[in-house]
Amino acid sequence: MIQLQNITKKYKTANGELTAVKDVNLSINKGEIFGIIGYSGAGKSTMIRLLNGLEKPTSGTVKVNNQEFSAISGQKLRDARQKVSMIFQHFNLLWSRTVAENIAFPLEIAGVPKAQRDARVKELIALVGLEGRDTAYPSQLSGGQKQRVGIARALANNPEVLLCDEATSALDPETTDAILDLLVDINERLGLTIVLITHEMHVIRKICHRVAVMEAGEVVESGEVLQVFQAPQADITKKFVSQITDTKETQETVAQLKAHYPTGQLIKLVFVGEKTEQPVISQLVKKFDVEVSIVHGNISQTKNGPYGTLIVQVDGSHENVSAALNYLNTVEVQTEVIVNVD
Amino acid sequence: MLTSLFPNVDWEKMWEATYETLYMTSISTVVTFILGLAIGVILFLTSPNQLWANKIVNFLTGSIVNIFRSIPFIVLIILLIPFTKFLLGTIRGANAALPALIIGAAPFYARMVLIALREIDKGVIEAARSMGAKSSTIIWKVLIPESLPALISGITVTAVALVGYTAMAGIIGAGGLGNLAFLDGFQRNRQDVTLMATILILVVVFIIQWIGDTITTKTDKR
Repeated sequence: MIQLQNITKKYKTANGELTAVKDVNLSINKGEIFGIIGYSGAGKSTMIRLLNGLEKPTSGTVKVNNQEFSAISGQKLRDARQKVSMIFQHFNLLWSRTVAENIAFPLEIAGVPKAQRDARVKELIALVGLEGRDTAYPSQLSGGQKQRVGIARALANNPEVLLCDEATSALDPETTDAILDLLVDINERLGLTIVLITHEMHVIRKICHRVAVMEAGEVVESGEVLQVFQAPQADITKKFVSQITDTKETQETVAQLKAHYPTGQLIKLVFVGEKTEQPVISQLVKKFDVEVSIVHGNISQTKNGPYGTLIVQVDGSHENVSAALNYLNTVEVQTEVIVNVD
Repeated sequence: MLTSLFPNVDWEKMWEATYETLYMTSISTVVTFILGLAIGVILFLTSPNQLWANKIVNFLTGSIVNIFRSIPFIVLIILLIPFTKFLLGTIRGANAALPALIIGAAPFYARMVLIALREIDKGVIEAARSMGAKSSTIIWKVLIPESLPALISGITVTAVALVGYTAMAGIIGAGGLGNLAFLDGFQRNRQDVTLMATILILVVVFIIQWIGDTITTKTDKR
């Protein structure tokens, strides 16, 4: 659905040339939810704007929905944009128009007659769950409702691709989840390809099938979300993964544990996919003469399956503990000794 | 009672002058609104990073605006006498004041339009572009509606300034309340005439301001 080949984007600034995107190759499949994660300044905003021609690459080709966005301009580009729509962090609604009029705007641009426009707007308002608010102005809506209007507006012309520019970054956690659920629902019901950029790993974890990690204009890592969670390669990816697993709280807990469990070993187990359902701990206790205490646990659901971490204290004679560790390796659970008390 | 307070006021003349002031102000306000809006939109769209970013056009338009905005109105009227004569065949009467009023006020209003347009959230323009909107759609359906309250309060200020300009236009025989206050009030030393003309000018200004404020509040849905 989307192919980026050797994309480089340079800007001329007062302090010389700035490379926002550096030699990026990416391919996104039809019907998939693809996430691009990076800190601000990593080049992800530029990346997403290359996909609908709001930015043109300095070199390389951008192909979206069989249109070469890097090469077309004028009416052809404007027509192509109607099939690649976008939602924004700050919603970018017209305050001078009501909810219904905002949603009708792209239809007016596409030249849809008034009667059809009204019918379509009604459909869309129902789709995003804003019944009864059609005559409200954006200033009368909450953040989540505004983003729903943004989504309805983006879907008006039945696009093939939906680009989400930090679409949930201005929302509170609960509203974020509701909007993400709506995006998944749209993706499944309409078969829409969704590309989103974010700096929150939580968003990637919750709805993306695949992810690309960007740093300083380059894609440093990409793949299935679960794989990236399981075996992050680049340092920055590890940092993002730890946003979910090692919260500050966890780190504090571990520090306290050191004090509380002076004997034995503290081990972090990482479970991925079906392995989360294996009775690893009870096996451990049955097979080896060790004491196992669970000190911390965490499980997150991703689009490709669950991902969990568990911190346990294993205590017993030295041989028994080593044997237990060896066993853990054989059952394909990632283990990491965090505190070696011996 | 009015006759005892204002013994020298010729009411028929006063109403005629009021009508002339209203005539000059309303026509010049309407034309200033259209012309100033057009110039303001060009100034905005040709500025850097905008849709029609163009240094030369932006510089030329900006220079013309600045030149006409800098000339004192009383001097502008005199400078424009040959132009007015060529355009209308005369330099007397209310119509003869219009070219000077419009050329004096439109650049002033164009600057206010530019300020109003700059206040529009850039993201909204980007959103319209992402939907495949043409420049003309962006102008009519985004730029103007989204800046409407500021455009209206701007034209209100301009209209009030134009009332003042019409008084000055009196010196080329344009008529109006200012002219009456000057000729009948000041030169013939009839202070009641000056006072009455002032009161009527104030009423006109207050009405303009009230209309402007009402429409501004009505259009602002933020």
